[in-house]
Amino acid sequence: MKTTRLIIVAVGGQGNLLASSVLGEAALMAGIPLQMSEIHGMAQRGGVVESALIFGNVRSTIIADGEADILVGFEPAETLRALNKCNTDTVVITNLAPLMPFTVNIGKGVYPDLKQLQDLIRAKTAKLIAFNAAKLAEKAGNPLAVNMVLLGALIQTGILPLGAEQVREALQRKTKPAFLASNLKAFELGYTAAAQAA
Amino acid sequence: MHKLLTDKPGKKMLLLGNEAIARGAIEAGVAFASTYPGTPSSELSLNFFQISRESDLYFEYSINEKVALEVSAAAANAGVRAMCVMKHVGLNVAADALMTLAYVGVKGGMVVLTADDPFMFSSQNEQDNRYYAKLSALPMLEPSSVQEAKAMVAYAFDLSEQLKEPVLFRTTTRINHSSGIVELAEIGKRITQGDFIKDPLNLVTVPAVSRKLHVKLLKNYAGAMRLAESSPYNFVEGDGDCGIVCSGVGYNYVSDAVEDLQIADRVRVLRLGFSHPLPPRLIKDFLRHCAKVLVVEEGEPYLEESVKALAQEQGLTLPIAGKAPELFSRLYEYNPAQVRSIMAAYFEVPCESPAVPDLSDLPEIPQRPPTLCAGCSHRATFYEVRKAAEGLETIYPTDIGCYTLGLLPPLSAADFLICMGSSVGTSGGFSKVTNKKVIAFIGDSTFFHSGIPGLINAVFNNHDFTLVILDNGTTAMTGHQPHPGVDMRQLNLEGFGRVSIEAVVRAVGVPHVTVVKPYKVKKSIEAIRAAIDFKGVSVIISQETCALYAKSLKLSRRKPFEVTDKCRNHRDCMDNLACPAFYVWNERIKIDPNLCTGCAVCAQICPENAILPLKEKKAPA
Repeated sequence: MKTTRLIIVAVGGQGNLLASSVLGEAALMAGIPLQMSEIHGMAQRGGVVESALIFGNVRSTIIADGEADILVGFEPAETLRALNKCNTDTVVITNLAPLMPFTVNIGKGVYPDLKQLQDLIRAKTAKLIAFNAAKLAEKAGNPLAVNMVLLGALIQTGILPLGAEQVREALQRKTKPAFLASNLKAFELGYTAAAQAA
Repeated sequence: MHKLLTDKPGKKMLLLGNEAIARGAIEAGVAFASTYPGTPSSELSLNFFQISRESDLYFEYSINEKVALEVSAAAANAGVRAMCVMKHVGLNVAADALMTLAYVGVKGGMVVLTADDPFMFSSQNEQDNRYYAKLSALPMLEPSSVQEAKAMVAYAFDLSEQLKEPVLFRTTTRINHSSGIVELAEIGKRITQGDFIKDPLNLVTVPAVSRKLHVKLLKNYAGAMRLAESSPYNFVEGDGDCGIVCSGVGYNYVSDAVEDLQIADRVRVLRLGFSHPLPPRLIKDFLRHCAKVLVVEEGEPYLEESVKALAQEQGLTLPIAGKAPELFSRLYEYNPAQVRSIMAAYFEVPCESPAVPDLSDLPEIPQRPPTLCAGCSHRATFYEVRKAAEGLETIYPTDIGCYTLGLLPPLSAADFLICMGSSVGTSGGFSKVTNKKVIAFIGDSTFFHSGIPGLINAVFNNHDFTLVILDNGTTAMTGHQPHPGVDMRQLNLEGFGRVSIEAVVRAVGVPHVTVVKPYKVKKSIEAIRAAIDFKGVSVIISQETCALYAKSLKLSRRKPFEVTDKCRNHRDCMDNLACPAFYVWNERIKIDPNLCTGCAVCAQICPENAILPLKEKKAPA
């Protein structure tokens, strides 16, 4: 099978690891070979969490610069920062709701302009799907479900060898019952948003 | 039930490397485990801890890696299968025990896991612990994948019992923190009780005994070498004459590159998973079939040096290369593209890489460095120490934990750090050779780990410094593991003792000891000032529960604060504390009520008293 390389970047606390484990569970159920790795050194202290997921018959668990087929950013500035993982054929999905880095809050940095950020990503990659995932998560009744919204958008692109039904089922296994309905709703809203953006 | 106790042989699970290793140990019948937590090995120990609470596995968080190794060594010498887990630098602490344990050996299987951290994702150095195998003459295994890691643990226990030596199991971060699909095998029977048979002439390492034991060790080493020759973890793939020798995750990058470069018919790969002692016959035979050889290994040229030496023994003059300016570096971790391009260059085959965009016109992206949490008591203590030391020339030796982040402005309270416990030892040296006031910081867990000997040394040698013990009631940095100062009843755990840091400090004879509550700013500054003024060794114990830990235990919740209209924009709060709950909005400082923990430290330093508890109705959900 064709190898597909996915990078997910997020700020600590945004649920990157849960999103990755839902995809992992879906791949396991579907019998698709998968390698995953994560860097979450000091996530609890406001750092960045990066996951690499590689679907297909490979052994490497990490993705070199320029080699991601798809990049999903849970936070716009982090998506931009991870552009070094992309090539001109990469598809990029990003949330447009910023989480201000602390350095910006204290006046030690300027947050990139969101319009310019989208123009840059669009110019340098094959395709950009960008929307406010935080708003959709709220609409789904769970502000913490930004990860599920983006998971929906990711699956809609059809780039991963996983179908929506497989991911929904994995999501049911991996999320707490109390959050299941809102997570599924968030997944659907993200799926629709990506279809509209396409 | 803990998922790693799932008794369904053949079932497939997606496991983190650390989980797979823990499961491998359970399948091997491990009955005893000990650790001092350290990234990237921490989740492995956490799983053992959880499993021990619902099974007869004995697990302990030991005070440091040396003690962890000693308790496990004793268990293994009583015939019980034992595993000792630590990060790479932890093995430096445990090395004293390990070197002579190699002489004494074990009865039950013993596996010592060392988790190396190339690139230093969360470590102070990237030392290559394969040299500990050489130094100790002990066998070493290195998995290349999560799946292999699980199977290799069981092999390691069997190997240990066969050789009657502890076995080193070396991982790197990319094994510990990768996930893969793993097939479960049967859970091994745990034999939790052993017996110790007196045998002092083989177990008490006085010189006459050790001279005999070293002979035995070398005999075991020769036995291990024979086993390495036929181990399933050392294997050759392909029959070309472009030779590649590799181990660990390097093998993955090599395998993928062979596919990508379509050179499977030209290469011959030797993967060495049983990497100490190396199998000389296997390697020499491999070299004889190669025209040139590339060694792919992260870290030091450990394999490369041995392979070159074996080629010399065999009179082979083929080119063998690995570390070189135009090839591989000793620095950091490798990646698939790097290995692919170096392989292509070395073997002179074309290499295609995807077209990458020019990123030179990206705007500067604001950094997102890790920072002390909102309401972190360390921030309060750093502020108070800086205030108390105003006007003095200071040196701030620090130590390993969250509080190392005190390095960053505006706290800027970290000047020197080399290893666990070094704050105390180095303070003694600085105080003897400079005229500056030395004020050191150490966390509670690190104090127990290796701060106490330095403090006793300071009392005895009459050093002159102030040690601030940042006691937040847990091992915060690695994920809130307990330590001897923790009240285990808070975690609903019975049967533990508790050691008071204050009692230890007083007992070793520190002449000036004060306990402060860092959220009480004025009182703390006064107490710290008195400690600084004291000539000799003084200790401040700054006690406040870690803000994250308090939240997870649902301890008393304080109300968040807000900046009221009384604010005159002095910005003392921002400029001196820089708590991440602050943000600037329309040129004014605001407090995010969802982040504020209500520690009230900023309220106490505001010159206008403008920071007040948020009105009840506005409190966050």
